[in-house]
Amino acid sequence: MPTTFPSSSPPIVEIRRVTRRFEHKTALDDVSLSVPRGGVFGLIGGNGAGKTTLIKHILGMLKAQSGSVQIFGLDPVQNPVGTLGRIGYLSENRDLPDWMSVGELMRYTQAFYPNWDPKFAEELREAFDLDRRSRVKTLSRGQRARAGLLVALAHRPELLVLDEPSSGLDPVVRRDILGAIIRTIADEGRTVLFSSHLLDEVERVADRIAIIHEGRILLTSSMDDIKETHHRLTLRFEESRETPPALVGAFTCEGKGTEWTYVCGGQSDQLRRAAEAIGATVVANTTLTLDEIFVTRISG
Amino acid sequence: MQIHISTNDGVPIYLQIVNQIKYLVASGRLLPGEELLPIRGLAELLLINPNTVARAYRELEAAGIVEKHRTAGTYVSEQGSPLARRERVKILTERVDALLAEARQLDVAFEDLVKLVQTRHVAMQTTRNEE
Repeated sequence: MPTTFPSSSPPIVEIRRVTRRFEHKTALDDVSLSVPRGGVFGLIGGNGAGKTTLIKHILGMLKAQSGSVQIFGLDPVQNPVGTLGRIGYLSENRDLPDWMSVGELMRYTQAFYPNWDPKFAEELREAFDLDRRSRVKTLSRGQRARAGLLVALAHRPELLVLDEPSSGLDPVVRRDILGAIIRTIADEGRTVLFSSHLLDEVERVADRIAIIHEGRILLTSSMDDIKETHHRLTLRFEESRETPPALVGAFTCEGKGTEWTYVCGGQSDQLRRAAEAIGATVVANTTLTLDEIFVTRISG
Repeated sequence: MQIHISTNDGVPIYLQIVNQIKYLVASGRLLPGEELLPIRGLAELLLINPNTVARAYRELEAAGIVEKHRTAGTYVSEQGSPLARRERVKILTERVDALLAEARQLDVAFEDLVKLVQTRHVAMQTTRNEE
């Protein structure tokens, strides 16, 4: 169990000012991101926001056109052995060699990882109900994801990277994946980075998040801070207003007459003072779900 | 130790745990001296970040609802803390308010309601004595 988080040790992932263009499309635009050791980092964004491109830079599958990427303090393109061997990775497409059986896949993957734990691999295989003799190509979607998770976990990586791990999976397999994330960080010092558009899952397991939209990082924050600094405020004014009165920190506003509801950023007491400054009283103040915060921030 | 987490209403998860454990203690479903699930166990059961459970347990400890023992476990405090008593009164207040509102809606006078409470109290004691 990590006792202090984020820890004071250097970040596991340090991305500085990375830009990536594919022909006419800018996939990443001046992206900086720091993932501390220990804990679960959730990368959230819609389809085509740049999540997978960013993850490919972390894995050294893409070279930064400008800026720098460091994983465990090393450049993953120049040091694939020093980085990839310490990362467990499950891609969204769960690319696995179709022609192999589950048993062959396990032996094949073991050869790449000095830290492969055969006993743990076998435990996972049994827990996931995978038959050694089944061909990968005959596995169901869920079983395929479990096989991918097995090979990502069995070498007990320092960093587990999951790209949209839950997409298209039934709730039972999604539970397995969330369980694997939790067990991974419960073991001291290990780190999980996962991307998702299923924000209820992110809210459950992530302790830090970054919102990526159109290739830019809009926000990086701890989960506690992001929840404490986003509010839905309903204000009552003495006199009826025709247009939404301006409130410092407001992202959106709707209402009419004397009552207006704002989605806004800032601490509760700050917002209360801002409301008083424009002659309004706060009649309701509620916290937002991560989903609501995300939608508000990307449409801003 | 039944705890239910929802991500639909925006309440931070650690706070949902704090509130529900307070309720379980105040309503006697968690007894003084009883051990809470270990942080990791509760995290795996609820599928939430262990740091979130740790934060909830810290808040409960600061409020005197639970205490850490040298043997590493977290236990419900002996002798319900003053806060647990306050919490009990709070729970009952909510119930009484609901009862008063319902009585008014059903057009039952306050005096009749008090009489009914007394009657039920006597009836329950009689049944208990017969057991």
